[in-house]
Amino acid sequence: MNIAVRCENLTKIYDTGEQKVTALNHVNLNILLGELMMLVGPSGCGKTTLISVIAGILDQNEGLCELFGENLLTMKSKDKLRFRATQIGFVFQAFNLLPSLNAAENVSVPLIINGEKRDVAKRKAIDVLERVGLGDRWKSFPSQLSGGQQQRVAIARALIHSPRLIVCDEPTSALDHASGHNVMNLLKEVAVHKDRALVIVSHDSRIFSFADCIAEMDDGHIVKIS
Amino acid sequence: MLMGDKGKYIGIVMGLTFASLIMTQQPAIFMGLMARSYSFITDVGLPDIWVMDEKVQFIDDIKSLQDTELYRVRGVSGVEWAMPMYKGMQKARMSDGTFQNCTVIGLDDTTLIGAPAVLVEGKLDDLRRSDSVIVDFDGANEKLAKPPLIEGGKKIPLKVGDNLELNDRRAIVVGIAKVTRTFQSQPTIYTTYSRAKTYAPRERKLLSFVLVKAKAGQNIPELTKRIQENTGLAAYTQQEFMDLTFNYFMKNTGIPINFGISITLGFIVGAAIAGQTFYNFTLENLRQFGVLKAMGTSNWTLLRMILLQAILVGSTGYGMGVGLTALFGYLMRHSILAFKFPWQLLIFSGLGVSLICMLAALISILKVIRLEPAIVFKS
Repeated sequence: MNIAVRCENLTKIYDTGEQKVTALNHVNLNILLGELMMLVGPSGCGKTTLISVIAGILDQNEGLCELFGENLLTMKSKDKLRFRATQIGFVFQAFNLLPSLNAAENVSVPLIINGEKRDVAKRKAIDVLERVGLGDRWKSFPSQLSGGQQQRVAIARALIHSPRLIVCDEPTSALDHASGHNVMNLLKEVAVHKDRALVIVSHDSRIFSFADCIAEMDDGHIVKIS
Repeated sequence: MLMGDKGKYIGIVMGLTFASLIMTQQPAIFMGLMARSYSFITDVGLPDIWVMDEKVQFIDDIKSLQDTELYRVRGVSGVEWAMPMYKGMQKARMSDGTFQNCTVIGLDDTTLIGAPAVLVEGKLDDLRRSDSVIVDFDGANEKLAKPPLIEGGKKIPLKVGDNLELNDRRAIVVGIAKVTRTFQSQPTIYTTYSRAKTYAPRERKLLSFVLVKAKAGQNIPELTKRIQENTGLAAYTQQEFMDLTFNYFMKNTGIPINFGISITLGFIVGAAIAGQTFYNFTLENLRQFGVLKAMGTSNWTLLRMILLQAILVGSTGYGMGVGLTALFGYLMRHSILAFKFPWQLLIFSGLGVSLICMLAALISILKVIRLEPAIVFKS
């Protein structure tokens, strides 16, 4: 079975009390291992909600979402945390690096969450930073790095614990064209793997060419998969 | 996390330092002030029991007895010795013609029991010489000091050989004694019991206290009870008399309320500054907490992170506040300011700072525990 993520009739409704907003409306989607899937569509179409559900940080109201055959909705919260900590890597639009930690310390966070010793985690973090071209900047704090470099650190953080699913939310939108391309090249080079799936949410058409598969969303539906 | 935000870190530590300082320094002054209320009793350390009129409420509340009461106390079995003591307020006329209220202490003529333990000038035996008095060091240097020779100059301390007038009678200073400051902060003049009676206005009763030493092996509380039963007078052990005085000041003066308000304000202001800054820090870093949650960090780990940061700032602020209080006490050690810093105060202010930190951490913890990790994908 080479399906990493299976979504069937996924529905998510935000109930604010005054009104109900349907963010996902019976979404069906499969993401294969070794595939770079891009979720695209206009703002408010439900892309972020979908990756939140896929990543197990938001519960759907209806439908099924399986990651590597595991249904996160029925998992105990402790098991779900463990699953996220070991199986999922995150790359965020605003990098979300901890400002008081240097690059190596930021990258080592997922390993420490998984119980690795700090010094071992830091050594591994420096190795991963070498792979993303920042081996000489491991002591730098986020404020001392450019946007592109910060996103490379974030990618290193998403990779360090060898997760099977990497979820990226607008990884290039805070970067200029050249930096955005570099980041995508890097993701394609280091993150795409036969045992791993990569989901990227983006509305940056300049990077669509990097995708193996593009799912277009609108108004809570998948309208086209190409 | 918090250490990385130096501005907030310093803000929280300053708030806690302020709270810790106020919650330590103000009670220290309060304790010092209250200790002065019974300092005369602790200075007169030799007697086991103080006997006085049963209506006496505290050390300065003198209700004099007839001299014959002394002999009745001496007659109680178990009493090793019983000595008279006069304590009263007199006006001293100084060399420049001005008057100063003083506490005059009359000691037993023969034994001088109750005399100050430390003389910085003169000899205790000289108190047996005619018209002799011993003056306390602070009184001799401050309120009883002679006017300066040149205008604006320093006052000239009273010395051995100088004269005073007490109730139109000459008093010659034969010694300067180091005694603990009292609550009244009036100069204290020591003389013999019989001479003190000549300084005092003529009254039928002039015996203020009978100081009693129990025979070896006597049960002090039992002897105290026996003296009360046999004489009808009040008799207290030294500790009981100190407690009586302390409680009188606690109940009948506004001192505890005044200091209580200061301490409460220190707590509230410290809690407000530290709590608000800590909460703001949490709000500003909510996304970072969300990232950690999304990456699989448990609420328990985040709770420990927040608590660790609260303990870190709490310990730093507490240490600085207590350190500043100790420094304050050290710098003020020769001043008139009352200051007493028992170890219990460290626990008191420590508990106060801990409470502030717990409150500050609690509101942040609630916010973080309720946080949806999906916040990380919101721009």
